[in-house]
Amino acid sequence: MNPHPWIPNSTDEYCKVIMEELGIRSIDELFQDIPGKFRIKRDEWDNLEIGFKEPISEYEAWRFIDESLSMNKKLKTIPFLGGGVYPHYVPAVVKHILMRGEFLTSYTPYQAEISVGLMQALFEYQSLMAELLDMDIVNASMYDWGSATGEAFLMSLRVKRGRRKIIIPHTMNPFHRRVAETYLYPHDVSLVEVGVTEKGTVNISELEEKIDGETAAVYLQNPNFLGFIEEYAVEIGEIAHKHGALFIMGVYPISLGLLEAPGKLGADIVVGEGQPLGLYPSFGGPLLGIFAIRNDRKLLRQMPGRLIGLTTTKDGKERAFAMILQTREQHIRREKATSNICTNEALSAIASAVYLSLLGPDGLKKLAETNYYHAHYAEKKLSSLEGVETRIYSGEFFNEFPVRFDHTGREYYEIHRRLLEKGIHGGIYLGNSYPELGESALYAFTEMHTRRDIDLLVEALKDVLNG
Amino acid sequence: MRGVCIVVFRQAKWSEPLIFEIGGDGRIGHIVPEPGEEVRRIVDGINIPEKIKRKKPPRLPRVSEVEVVRHYTRLTQMSYGVDNGPVPLGSCTMKYNPRIGFEAAYDPRITWLHPLQDEDTVQGLLKLLYLLQKWLANITGMDKCTLHPAAGAHGELTGMLVTRKYHDLRGQLNVKKEIIVPDSAHGTNPASASMAGFTVVEVPSGSDGNIDVEALKTVVSEKTAGLMITNPSTLGLFEENIAEIEELIHSVDGLLYYDGANLNGIMGYTRPGDMGFDIAHINIHKTFGSPHGGGGPGAGPVCVKDRVVNEDKSIRLGDLLPGYIVEYDEDNDKYYLLGPGKHSIGLLKAFFGNIGPLIWGFTYILMLGAKGLRLVTEQAVLNTNYFASKIRKVKGFSIPYGENRPRKHEVVVSAEKLYEETGVSALDVAKGLLDAGFYAPTIYFPLIVREALMTEFTESETLENIDKYVERLREISETAYTNPEEARKWPINTSVGRIDEVKANHPKTMAPTWRIYLEKTRK
Repeated sequence: MNPHPWIPNSTDEYCKVIMEELGIRSIDELFQDIPGKFRIKRDEWDNLEIGFKEPISEYEAWRFIDESLSMNKKLKTIPFLGGGVYPHYVPAVVKHILMRGEFLTSYTPYQAEISVGLMQALFEYQSLMAELLDMDIVNASMYDWGSATGEAFLMSLRVKRGRRKIIIPHTMNPFHRRVAETYLYPHDVSLVEVGVTEKGTVNISELEEKIDGETAAVYLQNPNFLGFIEEYAVEIGEIAHKHGALFIMGVYPISLGLLEAPGKLGADIVVGEGQPLGLYPSFGGPLLGIFAIRNDRKLLRQMPGRLIGLTTTKDGKERAFAMILQTREQHIRREKATSNICTNEALSAIASAVYLSLLGPDGLKKLAETNYYHAHYAEKKLSSLEGVETRIYSGEFFNEFPVRFDHTGREYYEIHRRLLEKGIHGGIYLGNSYPELGESALYAFTEMHTRRDIDLLVEALKDVLNG
Repeated sequence: MRGVCIVVFRQAKWSEPLIFEIGGDGRIGHIVPEPGEEVRRIVDGINIPEKIKRKKPPRLPRVSEVEVVRHYTRLTQMSYGVDNGPVPLGSCTMKYNPRIGFEAAYDPRITWLHPLQDEDTVQGLLKLLYLLQKWLANITGMDKCTLHPAAGAHGELTGMLVTRKYHDLRGQLNVKKEIIVPDSAHGTNPASASMAGFTVVEVPSGSDGNIDVEALKTVVSEKTAGLMITNPSTLGLFEENIAEIEELIHSVDGLLYYDGANLNGIMGYTRPGDMGFDIAHINIHKTFGSPHGGGGPGAGPVCVKDRVVNEDKSIRLGDLLPGYIVEYDEDNDKYYLLGPGKHSIGLLKAFFGNIGPLIWGFTYILMLGAKGLRLVTEQAVLNTNYFASKIRKVKGFSIPYGENRPRKHEVVVSAEKLYEETGVSALDVAKGLLDAGFYAPTIYFPLIVREALMTEFTESETLENIDKYVERLREISETAYTNPEEARKWPINTSVGRIDEVKANHPKTMAPTWRIYLEKTRK
């Protein structure tokens, strides 16, 4: 076989040197310990559909990928989709830092002395995120918001040993709920749902009825899945604490430019999606699971995931970093670990650190405001369309809200198809998770949806509804 | 043709302040788009209830774009990846990450796709993912794959939850309580089994490195829900008793789980499916060339044999897989997403999967094909055994377990003799390697080898570098036997010297964030 550019010793000359050292005549001798009945025949392997069977050139590979991706539909604007992953502009600097091979191609920093830069970057992520959330401790990342929520629920069961109930709002992101259900499947735990008021936010009296001494945690998502701002977060946290339960909050970090930090609202654990902070939507991955806690020893001992701590060199002269509290982790504690997580989303965390550094406190506030403005501009424009309802609930929203089309006499699926024909991708259909909302869809607007984009959407919808 | 030269290495040392200590009032790093006049006029102000309004801005730094770029560039210069030199971390498969993979994964036709977009708008991406599912099934000899899990351990959890659901649907969950793992297993295996609600039972390895089958027989029972193993094992040895093990586990209706961490050692020679495994995960970021990114993101697809779970209801193991499977409708030439269905364990993350690493891995397999992948395995195995043969001759080092057996993807070297005779430990050896500009092997793992140096060069390493690495280990050995005190000063050529881990972990000084550090130092 020809030598390959990624495999430097794949030349006859190098192979000969190695085989001489080993005293073998054929490479096959190194595989003799695989029992014959399990060996796959050379021909059989060669003819399996794996790539194009033979190595191909980089250009050929690129052409194949390029031609395939050209099958994706080109849209006139970026989709008006949110629901946990949002399109936010990624500054060029973020991508260029991520492309640096020293970060990109490195492993988990097991050898601290040669990885001090990587550890500092991760420590900075933990510290910047802590400031944004106003929480004390942030881990070095989870996979995404959904899995972070699952882990937070499991953690609450360890902290509140013996309690078997977790309260969630009806307006918890249904995808995150599905993930949490999977994480809880082996455990005898009930997820109890609390409904919403006419404001679209958690019904507090219902929460008070349902909470009891069995409750390990109360979860609150702010803004909630339908986009509404949970005005009474503090009160909800107090109710949780009064019953000895943990108060877990889920957040959309961009909203924290305007909304109160969860640390100020009494949260014990905070989870969230870091993707809006410098990561592309990328069809849903890689994302960045945020996981934060109050500085409490009991919580810290049960926290999942990797943590980087600031320390010094042994001689005490220089600042340095180390992975800390590894005795919680799987490689030390094995089956008694707080989680099985090993590979996380470190590079995504670094992207967020770069992003938060670039934006700073003022940039973040402005960004939140622009998101708010664009969504509220869209709400005003959409509400002017005949039969389109944008105020199903009366609460305040941040940058997404449900739009109901029942009075247009059209099914949302048909509206969606017609919009797509015009190169516009509308919001998330809500009928599956929220049948009570009828023919509704959740529309999201960020700084990337400019006034022109929103006007295009409104014009297209008008055409569709009149057509 | 080859020459061994002694490496001179100096890592950058910037004494770089934290980002919080850089910059000044009023500086900005990025201009954020603002709403125009007309938008402001129509919206007429921001109306957020007072009690939920942010009162104090977050204490983020105020830095210019220039400062951000310099700061993080300097931090990269105090880091070390495969692009800098060999990273022979055993079981981590730190191979070269072909840059064409980046070009594909970061193509704007992928990066700007929202996960909930209409299938009709993402046909190109779905085609690539469909092919990847098929190729991974062929590589592993399994029937059906999900690309959903985000990492190896996430794949393990998936596999264990599928195992749980399998027994659940067969109405035997009240009996099936135990997962067996060998004592040489990765820590994630017992942790994943435990997260899925199982009790973990450990089984020892024999002196030949294989699982001790007699010991296995004593722990296998009606309670056995399954067995998790890597093959080749973390010792780099092919599990020769796999046929007997497979029969034992299946005889009590347990499922056989394949940890794909070490797949790089067998491609083109055997497949988990051929060996009788029911479930397997694959680490795209190990075997298929996507980068580790300083700890992640990775991707951990899970493939299964589509065996029958429940005859009456005609449920198959593939129906239990989580996430979304890409299917192809030949009649309409259309790709679509299926799942999670009625019997699926559900979702383990919110959306499809880690597209970036998956597309990088797709590109890797696309360019190599079946034949290229066999070449990968052959060259990785040649490199391992070449290193093993060379290191055996260095004083103080040995290769325990199955001493004369060929290794596969990796070899575990023991520095036990060196430690006993000189006091120089595996940790000191690791630090001595850093000083020569090499990353260290995985140390003190697997737990069954004393003073372990678990070494995996992969197919990416040059013969010259392996020679230099051995030469450096020979120098370390010489220093250990002549001047062991010297070894405890290592490393001296890296950005910083040895780290105070006690201070890092002590409750009084522990500082997991800048704000806690400030709080503690103010007191």
